Amino acid sequence: MTGTAPAAGKAGTGEAPAAFLEVRDLKIHFPTDDGLVKSVDGLSFELERGRTLGIVGESGSGKSVTSLGVLGLHNKRNANVSGEIWLNGKELVGASQTEVRRLRGREMAMIFQDPLSSMHPFYTVGHQIIEAYRVHNDVSKQVARKHAIDMLGKVGIPKPDKRVDDYPHQFSGGMRQRAMIAMALSCDPELLIADEPTTALDVTVQAQILDLIRDLQQEFNSAVIMITHDLGVVAELADDILVMYAGRCVEYASVDNAFHQPLHPYTWGLLGSMPRLDRERSERLLPIVGSPPSLINVPSGCAFHPRCPYADLNDGKSTTERPELIELEPGHKAACHLPLDKRREIWTDEIRPKL
Amino acid sequence: MTSTGGNETVVSTVKAPADAARPVHEGETLLEVENLGKHFPVTAGLLRRQVAAVKAVDGVSFSVRKGETLGLVGESGCGKSTTGRMIMRLLDPSFGKIVFEGHDITKMSQGRLRPLRRDLQMIFQDPYSSLNPRKTVGAIVGAPFRLQNIEAKQGVKKAVQEILELVGLSPEHYNRYPHEFSGGQRQRIGIARTLALKPKLIVADEPVSALDVSVQAQVVNLLEDLQDELDLTYVVIAHDLSVVRHISDRVAVMYLGKIVEVADRADLYERPMHPYTNALLSAVPIPDPAERGARRRIRLQGDVPSPLDPPPACRFHTRCWKAQDICKQVEPPLVELSPGHQAACHFPENTTVSATDAVAKAAVAQAPAPADEPADPAE
Repeated sequence: MTGTAPAAGKAGTGEAPAAFLEVRDLKIHFPTDDGLVKSVDGLSFELERGRTLGIVGESGSGKSVTSLGVLGLHNKRNANVSGEIWLNGKELVGASQTEVRRLRGREMAMIFQDPLSSMHPFYTVGHQIIEAYRVHNDVSKQVARKHAIDMLGKVGIPKPDKRVDDYPHQFSGGMRQRAMIAMALSCDPELLIADEPTTALDVTVQAQILDLIRDLQQEFNSAVIMITHDLGVVAELADDILVMYAGRCVEYASVDNAFHQPLHPYTWGLLGSMPRLDRERSERLLPIVGSPPSLINVPSGCAFHPRCPYADLNDGKSTTERPELIELEPGHKAACHLPLDKRREIWTDEIRPKL
Repeated sequence: MTSTGGNETVVSTVKAPADAARPVHEGETLLEVENLGKHFPVTAGLLRRQVAAVKAVDGVSFSVRKGETLGLVGESGCGKSTTGRMIMRLLDPSFGKIVFEGHDITKMSQGRLRPLRRDLQMIFQDPYSSLNPRKTVGAIVGAPFRLQNIEAKQGVKKAVQEILELVGLSPEHYNRYPHEFSGGQRQRIGIARTLALKPKLIVADEPVSALDVSVQAQVVNLLEDLQDELDLTYVVIAHDLSVVRHISDRVAVMYLGKIVEVADRADLYERPMHPYTNALLSAVPIPDPAERGARRRIRLQGDVPSPLDPPPACRFHTRCWKAQDICKQVEPPLVELSPGHQAACHFPENTTVSATDAVAKAAVAQAPAPADEPADPAE
């Protein structure tokens, strides 16, 4: 690690942080004909090696845009990216395209949601892994091919020496996702971003892939960002959880706190919306009213207030003032106007008994 | 009743295996499916000769009683959607029988089927592609009235607006277009269209899987409210086991074109008998970090085999940890192992009927059948 600056580095200071990955006040806005789409609007988080961060939120909450932003995959011509992203002591937002490209694949890699559309149908699976490996490593084709076969074997594809010459369409959905993981891991990246890696898969295959990601993380000690809308998946895999709503973080907590004493009404809503197999069947689910907001017209004040059942308890502050993300307990942050005691009371008395 | 019922089931199995799948229940049966199958031909060459068949659904039997919700679960490619589409006669079955309200609709012509369509409706998975983008909401929800030549009492517009209110939309939405709505609202429009003519049976194919969790819960609650209010019967096809548990009264689990287990909801989730059901349930991630690592997860190896060439006998034997030689030779019939709980397995779990009993039962069910009816398609 090259970062020698004090860990207390705050946003805007431009100092390298101690954490392996630190995102400070990241903003990604897209100017469109209809208005400015604020997909990510001031997001900050840290991640250490060997840890897994789960980013949870509904569609349109900015989770995928964040991950593409970390990888530098937004076209600067139609996206305004500001803020800082520090990876291993290097700042990425201001870095040149070539610099980011050199890091992408080698130090950070991504597993996409849909393995069929993210692999090239015209080239064999092996060809695509070999190509990615040779971009970053000066090796002969034979060596790269052997590496590709090793990686396919490692992610559990049977007969990797034969399957390496297959085309993506010859693989089943689960195997394609394994091949994607093999490709992402081929250069031993230290940061792995998995964007809904199991959403397109069946439960039995999902279980296999989650086990695989966990095993590989232990082996390579990489930092993993897991983006999903499925709270079950993050409960299985994540160490920390970041809940996003309308482009901002509304709650950040350890996985235990997030599930056992969440402090934001949106997190309560998410927990209440899920039918759960591990509980007695409830008569009714407790959905959040309304639907996620448009990112062009984000509601004033707290973006969640039109859907929040407790928005009236704050003397109108919810509609006028945006709550800041405040650290309420060590490692547990939430952005809500409700007094902390009141929130604890609502959670223990009203929400938890119904889950 | 229950013990003799069990015996009867076995006896009837000897005569016609399809009957074995009919559970012994009180209540009026609305839909009866017997040994239903769909094989899609695979053709090759200039003459489009058939070289193989994708056995998408290969002999399923179940019944749906009035007012209940039957959940149909399974992994992708197990034939659950094909089954749903055959019930709707959107696909023509290759063999088997569909009886709706006492009418055999298996071979009914589209013309004669049309009046029945009023009672038989479908909710589709994708709210983005199942609504015509060039039609207003009023035209979409009003289409069933036009197609069936039904005069509503106070006019079609009023009737449509009432239905829109029923599904939680506002009557002012009548003149809007689908693109002006969010995914959850679109799904409500689809449900409104389905309900327009007050159908008796609704086949819902993955009604909530395209929606966000918070909105998913709204639609699940809506479906339940509508069922109470309008006395609807549902066949819900879904891959999400927790949603199916929430919404269904009875659940049928499918694997590679066959039903492997049917039971009441509580029974199936608390005492699953078929190893496949066990594996499916254990694979669902539980949203509770305290449970992490505490649960025994059954890790199935490999993928679902191709329905082009399904494994012989028990189709699950290639991935089953309990498989013995018999599983590769004799197909286990779907028999009732406890009241209202059927499973097709030689070595079921969670049952008082021991494995040997089940095998003996299976032997009884299997052995005479070929002698009596050698041409039975189920064999």
